[in-house]
Amino acid sequence: MSRLVEVRDLRIQARTDAGRIVEIIRGVSFDIDEGEIVALIGESGSGKTTIALDLMGYTRPGCRVTGGTVTLDGVEMGALSEGERARMRGSLVSYVPQSAAAAFNPAHTIMDQVVEVVRIHGSMPVAEARTKAVGLFRALALPNPETIGERYPHQVSGGQLQRLSAAMALIGDPKLVIFDEPTTALDVTTQVEVLRAFKAVMRKGGIAGVYVSHDLAVVAQIADRIIVLRHGEIQEAGRTADILERPQHPYTRQLLAAFRPGAAPRPARLDQDEAPLLVVRDVVAGYGKRDANGLPALRILKGVSLELARGRNLGIVGESGCGKSTLARVIAGILPAAKGEILLEGRPLAPDFRQRRPEDLRDLQIVFQSADTALNPHQSIGEILGRPLAFYHGLGGRTREARIDQLLDMVRLPRPLRHRRPGELSGGQKQRINLARALAADAKLILCDEITSALDTVVAAAIIDLLKELQRELSLSYLFISHDIETVRAICDEVVVMYKGEKVEQLRPDVNDGRPTQPYSRLLFSSVPQLRTGWLDGLAQDPELTRAFAQR
Amino acid sequence: MNSLILRMIAGRIVVTLMTLLIVAIVIFCATTLLPGDVVQILLGQSATPEAVAGLRQAMHLDQPAALRFLLWLKNLATGDLGVSYVNGIPVAELIGNRLANSLKLAGVTAALSVPVALTLGITAAILRGTLVDRLVAVVTIAVISVPEFMVATLAVIVFAVTLGWLPALSMTGDVTTLAGLIKAFAMPVITLSFVISAQMIRMTRAAVIETLSAPYVEMALLKGASRRRMVLHHALPNALGPIVNAVALSLSYLLGGVIIVETIFNYPGIAKLMLDAVATRDLPLIQGCAMIFCFAYLLLITIADIVTIVSNPRLRHA
Amino acid sequence: MSVSLSSTRPVRRWRLGYRISPVGAVAFLVILAWAVVAVTAPLIAPHPVGEIVDFDFFQPMSAAYPMGTDYLGRDVLSRILFGARYTVGISLASVALACLTGVTLGMAAAVIGGAFEAALSRFLDALISIPSKIMALVLVAAIGSSMPVLILTLAVIYTPGSYRFARALAVNVNAMDYVTVARVRGERLGYLIRAEILPGIVGPVLADLGLRFVFIVLLLSSMSFLGLGVQPPNADWGALVKENIGGLSLAAPAVIFPSLAIASLTISVNLLIDNLPQKIRDRSADA
Repeated sequence: MSRLVEVRDLRIQARTDAGRIVEIIRGVSFDIDEGEIVALIGESGSGKTTIALDLMGYTRPGCRVTGGTVTLDGVEMGALSEGERARMRGSLVSYVPQSAAAAFNPAHTIMDQVVEVVRIHGSMPVAEARTKAVGLFRALALPNPETIGERYPHQVSGGQLQRLSAAMALIGDPKLVIFDEPTTALDVTTQVEVLRAFKAVMRKGGIAGVYVSHDLAVVAQIADRIIVLRHGEIQEAGRTADILERPQHPYTRQLLAAFRPGAAPRPARLDQDEAPLLVVRDVVAGYGKRDANGLPALRILKGVSLELARGRNLGIVGESGCGKSTLARVIAGILPAAKGEILLEGRPLAPDFRQRRPEDLRDLQIVFQSADTALNPHQSIGEILGRPLAFYHGLGGRTREARIDQLLDMVRLPRPLRHRRPGELSGGQKQRINLARALAADAKLILCDEITSALDTVVAAAIIDLLKELQRELSLSYLFISHDIETVRAICDEVVVMYKGEKVEQLRPDVNDGRPTQPYSRLLFSSVPQLRTGWLDGLAQDPELTRAFAQR
Repeated sequence: MNSLILRMIAGRIVVTLMTLLIVAIVIFCATTLLPGDVVQILLGQSATPEAVAGLRQAMHLDQPAALRFLLWLKNLATGDLGVSYVNGIPVAELIGNRLANSLKLAGVTAALSVPVALTLGITAAILRGTLVDRLVAVVTIAVISVPEFMVATLAVIVFAVTLGWLPALSMTGDVTTLAGLIKAFAMPVITLSFVISAQMIRMTRAAVIETLSAPYVEMALLKGASRRRMVLHHALPNALGPIVNAVALSLSYLLGGVIIVETIFNYPGIAKLMLDAVATRDLPLIQGCAMIFCFAYLLLITIADIVTIVSNPRLRHA
Repeated sequence: MSVSLSSTRPVRRWRLGYRISPVGAVAFLVILAWAVVAVTAPLIAPHPVGEIVDFDFFQPMSAAYPMGTDYLGRDVLSRILFGARYTVGISLASVALACLTGVTLGMAAAVIGGAFEAALSRFLDALISIPSKIMALVLVAAIGSSMPVLILTLAVIYTPGSYRFARALAVNVNAMDYVTVARVRGERLGYLIRAEILPGIVGPVLADLGLRFVFIVLLLSSMSFLGLGVQPPNADWGALVKENIGGLSLAAPAVIFPSLAIASLTISVNLLIDNLPQKIRDRSADA
């Protein structure tokens, strides 16, 4: 195999919002052979996308290449003019974005955008390109390959758009395709389909690829080699199997460990006499006009019931649009239920939080997914934590200050952090503050809505550990909502599976050893990528089942 | 054209009509409920109480305000704008050819400035950060920062006083020849064009630049598209709504601008008429003119919103 | 806060996180200068404002009268210095009134929502569709043009715009999870507005106040120019242009300098706002 890409000592600087110059890529070197797929793995801020884009001779506004060379198919990209680089983009090297929904222009048909590459470069007659595009649509397992191109981007689903963007990347017969987190925004059942399609066309065409991702399990299915990045530097590079089985660098080991979270703690035997902490009975909720029965026109939750025992945790999993986050908002009273009952410690809760008693509001706290929007950027951490202390418990002066310190200790953050503002904290620190605010209320039940989803794997694993520790120290229960089944299993021994606003089943450790029995739950659980090579190739799913449930 | 778009357009028109009603209420209240007895003013201090009472009755001023409003609204809907307090001529008649004059002025200004402003705005966006862009930015910010009368006086100083090309006053009476017509229109049109083009250029540039930061434009770049193609093929179709809104808003500045321009250049348009009515407190005439101005504004904005709805591909191909 | 704790507090860095552009600095100095002039006019004006200093009207610039004389032979420089009081003073009072009302209503509407927000928005949006000069003409025709009426009129005209701007920002902040958290905690309207919403919108609102100040200066000048604003014997800059418009065909300094005074103030405010750091100017609330 001959060498296609040579990156030598690449350095890129970026200007921050405050006008400071920082080096975000610090001397990166690697090669890619023809037909080889190389994964760039790293957390947010590791520089993986910046490197990938620079292979196309493109740096985002605010960034600047300060050193090193990128040689693509024998041509040094840095030495070319912008016009010459434009001639290589789309024809020699092409790009599959993370969000195809945003990358397709809403004003033009899909076919026009797929064949645009050919139009720009004049590499073949447009009519021929259209025929070729239909062939690609077919190869990518898209429905109605003959006519799907006549549609507009908003008329097809996210999973289809992601595959259509691959067709757009492949139409110009490139030697290298860059995939930038192409399945991150997709549901797991859809991800399986899209990954299969990508792998098939890349292998068939013998095309080299760069696969940018934070997800080791996904990368393990498609990449020949893995490059582990952190802070703009290569930590470790090697063949996929070697990285997974015999990681050398401590950081790689840390990443792998975070991927294999420990199992949920088995709580002591349940005391059958005790009343459950939370009961949700036959709850219906949604938006739009109410009908004669008082039910909303658009129903997000269609009669959901569940119970949560004191001191235990309940996980809720499901794909986007299944209603799991709505359930949290309904329990918290932010979206009042149209029908059904919610009981906390046996007391019925009013549907609307405005009608709830102060102690009900205090006992039930909600923690949101993104700490960026959940913490007021204009208040100091001390103010953020101090307010619920004053509000719920009337604490003031030294008692409050002491309690704030205590709370920071509880979430394992240094006390001086109280003087900072959220913007000065890292993502993981912010999420700890977010949690500490719920603890400040002395809550009995904390609703955790996707609280680890926006975090990097290693940071998320630490938050999960913290949740477990807190539960040991305090008498707490979590209702833990996530699309990430592995994470939910790490903290919850009981898991509710939801699909289109309904509860499919509740998995319990004492029934079928906690494994799913319903067809949809089985499909969902089997679609979670495993951290071993060949999982995808060996995965046998019933195509009928996939078609019935996957929201492609 | 599908039913969703038609429904949205219908909804938009209903909103406009509601707004027009509120505007009518506000104008009516402002002109009739605030202090100042119209009858006293009209008849003078020496009027007998009988004469005052008689006129009050004739003008329905003895009836409750709400009733008078409904009466006024009914007449308004049928095109009856009332009778001038000052000279007894129907307001509609007074406004008639004055409005036509103003529309001529506005039409010529729009025809001249819209193409120029759009070209400059889009060019500035394509050449963002270059000398051309900065030059356009400096000039436009200067023009929008100064009052219209200053633009007008500057135009007079440059074209009439220093260069002596054009007369300082507009209506010289001779509009029969083309040269006369051009001379009559030149100064007001130049002034108004400057004022509204500056706004339009800034807003068009902002709209295009906003669209240029969309991910699909970056995607076009990664497909090898030229900057020209990114702007014309990818950004512009999506910037259409904001641009049409920019044009409509800028044209609405004409409504305020004509007041100054018609005054300075002594142009016999509706704005000058309204100003004279303010001087004589001729309320029916003021109401009539104000409603016409508000209607023109609402018409512009509504058209722009409808174009935005129709040009949205997500709605068009729903 | 106890003493021991404040000792652990890191030293606050007062360094601004961004460079101040020279254009912005010059603009700021011009604005500051006009503010000083408005306050100290009687002390620095070379002649009393109404004094006829020379019987020769529309004089050109000279050492004795740096900006010439006006149509009655008064010193133009002195009249401009005094005019600053009216132009800056009235505009400042109006813009403060308009923004105070508009921003308060805007935040309340965003937080309360529902029918209150819908009705208020519908009404104020209707007011926006009355062109500002037309509104000014109607109000002046109805009530006349004393100083307080002028201030109120200008404030009424620019309140809906301020409301709309503040409401749009506040709606964005209101959608943030941290406001939801505070609501679910049971916080009242006053706290939500003061502690959660206001800090998030104060930067853009101040920038908007500056832009609105420019609009008000322009409208006030135009009104005075039409003879409907500040009434003689007082004169703001717009009125000065009107008085001396007869000198236009002579290109007399008496017409030009008041115009330049207006332009210097409004252009400076616009330039200052244009050169504010993106962080403050940015309309997205989570800066």
